[in-house]
Amino acid sequence: MSKELIIVLLAAPLVGFLINGLFGKWLKGNEKLSGGIGAFAVLVSFVCSIIVFLRLNGGAAPLEAKLYDWIIGDFGDDSFAFNIGFHVDALTAVMLLVITGVGFLIHVYSIGYMHGDEGYTRYFAYLNLFVFAMLILVLGNNYLMMFVGWEGVGLCSYLLIGFWYEKQSATDAGKKAFIVNRIGDFGFLLGMFTLFAAFGTLDFTAIFDAAEADNFQKIFGASTLVIATLLLFVGAIGKSAQIPLYVWLPDAMEGPTPVSALIHAATMVTAGVYMIARSAVLYNIAHTGEIVAWIGVLTAFFAATIALTQNDIKRILAYSTVSQLGYMFVGVGVGAYASGIFHLVTHAFFKGLMFLTAGSVMHAMANELDMRKMGGLKSKMPITHWTFLVGALAIAGFPFLSGFWSKDEILHSAWGSSPLIYVIGLITAFLTAFYMFRLIFVTFYGESRVEPEVASHLHESPSVMWVPLAILAIPSALIGLLLGWGGHDSWFHHFTKSVFPEAHHDASGNVILFMVISSVVGLAGIAFAWTRYSKRAPSDEPTSAIHRLLANKYYIDEAYNALIVQPIKNGSHFLLWKLVDNGIIDGIVNGVAAIVRFIGGLLRRFQTGVVQAYIVSMVLGIVIFLAYYLFFT
Amino acid sequence: MALEYYLVLSALLFTIGVIGVLVRRNAIIIFMCIELMLNAANLAFVAISRNLGETNGQVFVFFVMAVAAAEVAIGLAIIVSVFKHRQTINVDEINSLKG
Repeated sequence: MSKELIIVLLAAPLVGFLINGLFGKWLKGNEKLSGGIGAFAVLVSFVCSIIVFLRLNGGAAPLEAKLYDWIIGDFGDDSFAFNIGFHVDALTAVMLLVITGVGFLIHVYSIGYMHGDEGYTRYFAYLNLFVFAMLILVLGNNYLMMFVGWEGVGLCSYLLIGFWYEKQSATDAGKKAFIVNRIGDFGFLLGMFTLFAAFGTLDFTAIFDAAEADNFQKIFGASTLVIATLLLFVGAIGKSAQIPLYVWLPDAMEGPTPVSALIHAATMVTAGVYMIARSAVLYNIAHTGEIVAWIGVLTAFFAATIALTQNDIKRILAYSTVSQLGYMFVGVGVGAYASGIFHLVTHAFFKGLMFLTAGSVMHAMANELDMRKMGGLKSKMPITHWTFLVGALAIAGFPFLSGFWSKDEILHSAWGSSPLIYVIGLITAFLTAFYMFRLIFVTFYGESRVEPEVASHLHESPSVMWVPLAILAIPSALIGLLLGWGGHDSWFHHFTKSVFPEAHHDASGNVILFMVISSVVGLAGIAFAWTRYSKRAPSDEPTSAIHRLLANKYYIDEAYNALIVQPIKNGSHFLLWKLVDNGIIDGIVNGVAAIVRFIGGLLRRFQTGVVQAYIVSMVLGIVIFLAYYLFFT
Repeated sequence: MALEYYLVLSALLFTIGVIGVLVRRNAIIIFMCIELMLNAANLAFVAISRNLGETNGQVFVFFVMAVAAAEVAIGLAIIVSVFKHRQTINVDEINSLKG
């Protein structure tokens, strides 16, 4: 494995971005070429990723390569240098495969999905830029480079959520995502500062080695690491949409659906999980994983309850993503880093798949998202239906499909850490199965409630769209079995063993028993959904107080609006604008002018125009001057 | 004769000139008063020059006279020009340049 390979891997999407971004005007008439360049760029990265993976799997040592010094501070003893460099190990390789593999399929799908859109080339430029930023995030060998990627994906997320910028709701959602992420990023920055203050460097290996060394414990104690890891986790909360900063993710569904699949399901939102897994050494020493796990499991449960009552397909998937990200945090929180990352991988496949199928439904339904206006789509869109079913079964934990393996591992590890987390996680698994199959039954089964004019156009999506669906469905179903067979002795655990420190929990209990419980819970959720929604659509009006609470998402958006947004807006309006800006700043400027004018008004009275008055004052002045010199000196 | 007499005369002439400039309204009279002040200064120059026995002061007097002549030429021209425009040379009435 060489530096050059990584550079090619990284540069391909950047080149794609530059071509589509700079020459989009000339590519506009040729959608195939523009989309083809975008997809090909990611394909190149994907091939490189496979090579990287094969080398690592073949026993190659992890690559630690420095390209050049980026920021150098030369202050004698306090000198520091931040470099641009790569750290490629098993964890990186897994992330690379997910980003470029799922990314490539989504690019291909987008060629069909975005057909005829005004901003076709702009779309592919942004998408390639996103892949580039995400690759920087996972390839960097220090926190600063990770932060560069972190901000880069945030920017692309903002650009793509607000892609249809003529729509007010889309631009609002983009801003919301950006601002909420800014809060998290602030925590991330502070975390980096803390680490830098303690270690004098931001390089992963240097920090981890120093943190493990005994003398660090003696000098700084673990409290520095507690602060640093919690601040970094604030960044992860923002980026990975956990309580209390999850609110941006459901709104982010305003973007094109493939974007939701790539950025807001498969890759970017998992950056927080990756960051914690990467910092596993620090979290182990600081023992802050428990907080991470609790936030994760509460988010998982909370988001799943909201998803129960939503009627917008993409929003259900969005809340489901928030919920599944919560599971991943449970995994990395309880110290089962490999399991958390494993769930990240399986989730990237089945959630990406489900978003793309949702896009396929939208495509056929003239952008309709309300599933109360669907029903019976199974016969019209068989491929979409079957692929969605695979994804839903996978996420519901149907035995031997992907989600079953990864979720079960996490729950199993959680049991060893805290039985309460396990129980909440199990309830969430039930809810997950329920709301996913509620979505399936209402959308694909039962009576058709499609409006007649839409129904006449109802069709299966073109091959450029359904082929990626079919391809994605295979790993969605099987990857868990392939990588996860054997639980904690699975291939995936062996592959990533070199990266993660020894888990400090012991997985106790009968593995088979846990699997059976998980499966039963998942199947029960599916069955419950069948009894309630196989024949009828969800009611339009909430039927009970709890239902109303859930349908309104616990009024969290309203609460944030009332408690945070409005006070800030009012504060900006009355305090900052009316008082500080208009009152104080303008007041000072206008006040100076007024004083000058007032004094001028007084002085102009001396300017009478009568020459002799001037002469009198001159003579008086001379007399006084002379008198002073003659008599007083 | 003692120097003091000349200097006192010079001071008196200068004061008369100053008062004339300050109190009179006719521009030509003011002009004459200025000449009076210049000549009072000339008188002091000559007297002190004589007293000290050197010629520097007398040379200065020539310069002052030359400047006074030039000044009269320009000053009278301005007065004539003002009179043509305003039909008056009363300085109280020429006060349009005020704040």
